[in-house]
Amino acid sequence: MSGPSTYVPKSALGRWFESRLPIMGLIHSSFVAYPTPRNLNYWWTFGGILSVMLMVQIITGIVLVMHYTPHVDYAFNSIELIMRDVNWGWMLRYTHANGASMFFVAVYIHMLRGLYYGSYKAPREVLWILGVIIYLLMMATGFMGYVLPWGQMSFWGATVITNLFSAIPLVGESITTWLWGGYSVDNPTLNRFFSLHYLLPFMIAGVVVLHVWALHVVGQNNPDGVEVKNVARDTLPFTPYATIKDGFAMICFMMFFAWWIFYVPNYLGHADNYIEANPLSTPAHIVPEWYYLPFYAILRAVPSKLGGVVAMFSAIIVLCFLPWLDTSKVRSAKYRPVYKVFFWLFVASAIGLGYLGAMPAEGGYVLASRLLAVYYFAFFLVVMPLLGLFETPRALPASIADSVLKNAHSAKA
Amino acid sequence: MLFIATGAVGAVAVGSVAWPLISQMNPDASTIAAGAPIDVDLSAIAEGAIVTVKWRGKPIFVRHRTPKEIKEAVEVPLSSLPDPQSDAQRVKKPEWLVVIGVCTHLGCIPLGHQGEYEGWFCPCHGSAYDTSGRIRKGPAPKNLEVPSYAFTSDTKLTIG
Ligand code: HEM
Ligand code: FES
Repeated sequence: MSGPSTYVPKSALGRWFESRLPIMGLIHSSFVAYPTPRNLNYWWTFGGILSVMLMVQIITGIVLVMHYTPHVDYAFNSIELIMRDVNWGWMLRYTHANGASMFFVAVYIHMLRGLYYGSYKAPREVLWILGVIIYLLMMATGFMGYVLPWGQMSFWGATVITNLFSAIPLVGESITTWLWGGYSVDNPTLNRFFSLHYLLPFMIAGVVVLHVWALHVVGQNNPDGVEVKNVARDTLPFTPYATIKDGFAMICFMMFFAWWIFYVPNYLGHADNYIEANPLSTPAHIVPEWYYLPFYAILRAVPSKLGGVVAMFSAIIVLCFLPWLDTSKVRSAKYRPVYKVFFWLFVASAIGLGYLGAMPAEGGYVLASRLLAVYYFAFFLVVMPLLGLFETPRALPASIADSVLKNAHSAKA
Repeated sequence: MLFIATGAVGAVAVGSVAWPLISQMNPDASTIAAGAPIDVDLSAIAEGAIVTVKWRGKPIFVRHRTPKEIKEAVEVPLSSLPDPQSDAQRVKKPEWLVVIGVCTHLGCIPLGHQGEYEGWFCPCHGSAYDTSGRIRKGPAPKNLEVPSYAFTSDTKLTIG
């Protein structure tokens, strides 16, 4: 998306159009001629997968809206109608509901890829922060979507999450009333969440454009974390090399996705959401969707209301500061033997927090959440700044081409 | 001069357009009207029972306390409370406790006669309230809120 295009239209009509709106040249330089590092592995295919998932959510969402009614008296029934009466309705809804989960699977892999290979470091700070913004918008979208079926989990999830804002000193109560449009989660809340759930995916699409633009200005990082030095030696054109590899990965991912839709469509949901919302009875054990669980565990690990809310939001906001918290000169964990260990401990702590977020908030579970939450923050605030100063990295290859060709030689030997 | 004037008028214009857009999200007139006071018949509530009525979309607990429950609520030293309030400050007649049934942590509905203090217990994140609806344990910062209410006759309570 940057730099002059080398695209030359073949037909006279193409040349006429291109001199008026050079869109074919933009597409050509972004997705055909665009140079990609030749050492990219399959972890680099998740960006494309995420774009496909966004399209899947938008398309299934638009058709669901043709049958869904955003009103407290009809919402739950309209979902049952979609499931039983609408042609293929069950499949569209299961695709949308599981699609949200798959979207988060892909985004977590994509983010951990960045964390492992140091993709957030200069000159990719803006690219990384745009990614964090997309992630926040996804969380807001998923949360509001989950409210729409108006089941017990929809209602009580919405109540707990909107009440997080009541922790803000002085203005908290007014903010929650404003968010609800009433004195509790009710019809006005459902209506506005529906409106915003429709809007936010398109805002995500807008930020994705900026994200890809920023990517094409600074270029892709790669598993060795060394910059491209010689375009001819170190890179390959996007088409056919990246196109076919991304396509293959997308098809594999879609097969995984289809398995959820057709074999275990309700596994990731909660049974209580098939009970209509009842504002006078809280389910015995409320849990958010799996993709929020680590943050929910952090919220509950802190024994104070405001403190818990601050810790939970900080756990996400801290990601924006990674480019400056990490002091290491070397990007890729491949050449950082000590960082690698801390990285995998971080992954383990995040998974552990996810497990604890689904358990009741009592006894040993709370203690374990506290320990893991401390490690979660220490990884960013202590390990990252200090490790860059003390760790001795392994020798970097002179160039991307050198690293690839060295592997090729040793494979032959 | 022209720059300043343009800037000032522009700022007023932006503000006056933004305000309606923000304010429309606050409760509308019908929602506020639906929050009008309601009556509760007390003669139907036996000693020891808790009745839940709905007001402004929220549950209100009306609890007919037993002498033992009143005694427990009165005798707790205030210094041991996270949000110190005497029982007398929270009730108009000792037998009747009226509170908004919304946990002051994150808004779940606590379960009556449960938890360590046998007042209420919130299943969401484990807050325990006593027989005066005061927070005793857990992440909730404040006591269950007391709505405005009045005894309009010996057997009638008006909430709101
Ligand atoms: C970023 C993309 C999106 C995400 C992550 C997302 C997520 C979700 C989730 C988690 C649900 C609840 C599913 C359930 O348990 O039933 C939901 C429901 C819904 N979404 Fe989306 N959504 C997205 C895009 C859209 C779009 C673009 C539209 C409309 C144009 C839409 C319309 C709906 C409707 C009508 C429902 C209620 C039907 C149902 O619950 O299945 N969504 N969404
Ligand atoms: S909402 Fe009651 S303890 Fe959290």
